[in-house]
Amino acid sequence: MITLADLLTLSGILFALAVAGIFLNRKNVILLLMCVELLLLAANFNFIAFSRMLGDLTGQVFVFFVLTVAAAESAIGLAILVVLFRERRSINVEDLNTLKG
Amino acid sequence: MHPTGETEAVLVQILFYLFATLLVAGALGVITARNPVYSVLFLVFSFINSAAIWLLVEAEFLAIVLVLVYVGAVMVLFLFVVMMLDINLAEIRQGFTRFAWLGWITAAAVIVEIVGVIWGHGLGGVDVGRGFVSEPANYSNTLELGRVLYTRYAYPFELAGVLLVVAIVAAIALTLRHRPGMKAQDVSRQVAVRAKDRLRVVKVSAEKRS
Repeated sequence: MITLADLLTLSGILFALAVAGIFLNRKNVILLLMCVELLLLAANFNFIAFSRMLGDLTGQVFVFFVLTVAAAESAIGLAILVVLFRERRSINVEDLNTLKG
Repeated sequence: MHPTGETEAVLVQILFYLFATLLVAGALGVITARNPVYSVLFLVFSFINSAAIWLLVEAEFLAIVLVLVYVGAVMVLFLFVVMMLDINLAEIRQGFTRFAWLGWITAAAVIVEIVGVIWGHGLGGVDVGRGFVSEPANYSNTLELGRVLYTRYAYPFELAGVLLVVAIVAAIALTLRHRPGMKAQDVSRQVAVRAKDRLRVVKVSAEKRS
């Protein structure tokens, strides 16, 4: 039988891998966006686990909204990426220095 | 799936561990693949395995939504953008291993802390070792979710729709590009045109045939 601890551990491992991915691929904007998707997936795992555990559907409704926001985020993020590539011919994070940050 | 008997419960557990292993392997592939196209494909693999696990814990509607919306739309968008951009991979990969140790140490720390909290201390008041109780055979996850979504959460649901419209408008406005000298229809001008702008009635006096 699947226990709550199993799901929470899986979600923790997934979250940690996504954080490691942000460190590893810190130059590539597309990979950073994909790692954010993985982070959101790990969060959704927690919502579903607790929703099923406590018998409350609100958690699953929240996952629905998280999916909506993630879809909007990746659509706008990729649009910005396309514009960026058109301007700069590169998606390297280190080339984004116009704001002198 | 309704694990009523002992064997079915064991079967569900074996399937869970199988899908969980594949999911972690897929996530590892996403963050270490050399080519962004492979990363996207690994991400698709991870999402499909997540959907399988969500099916196992009886969140059927969200599992299907994950496959349809995420794999079907968002990941295809990612793949489209990755393949459209002509990226210099060698430059991007440069310095890949410079901060890798920091990433792995952070990941290890996060895993140790989360696992330690869950298995060591438990979450106050919640029994983490309890298994999932499966719903009765005539229970419909989609029906119940819809019942909550269209009553208690009707306004947030509509707000989510507005958010998607905003995202569409923003994405189109960002990527829209007016090239000079491009031949295209201007629909509003076509609709707004009046007959007197185009048609000129000329009075011609009759002439005698010579």
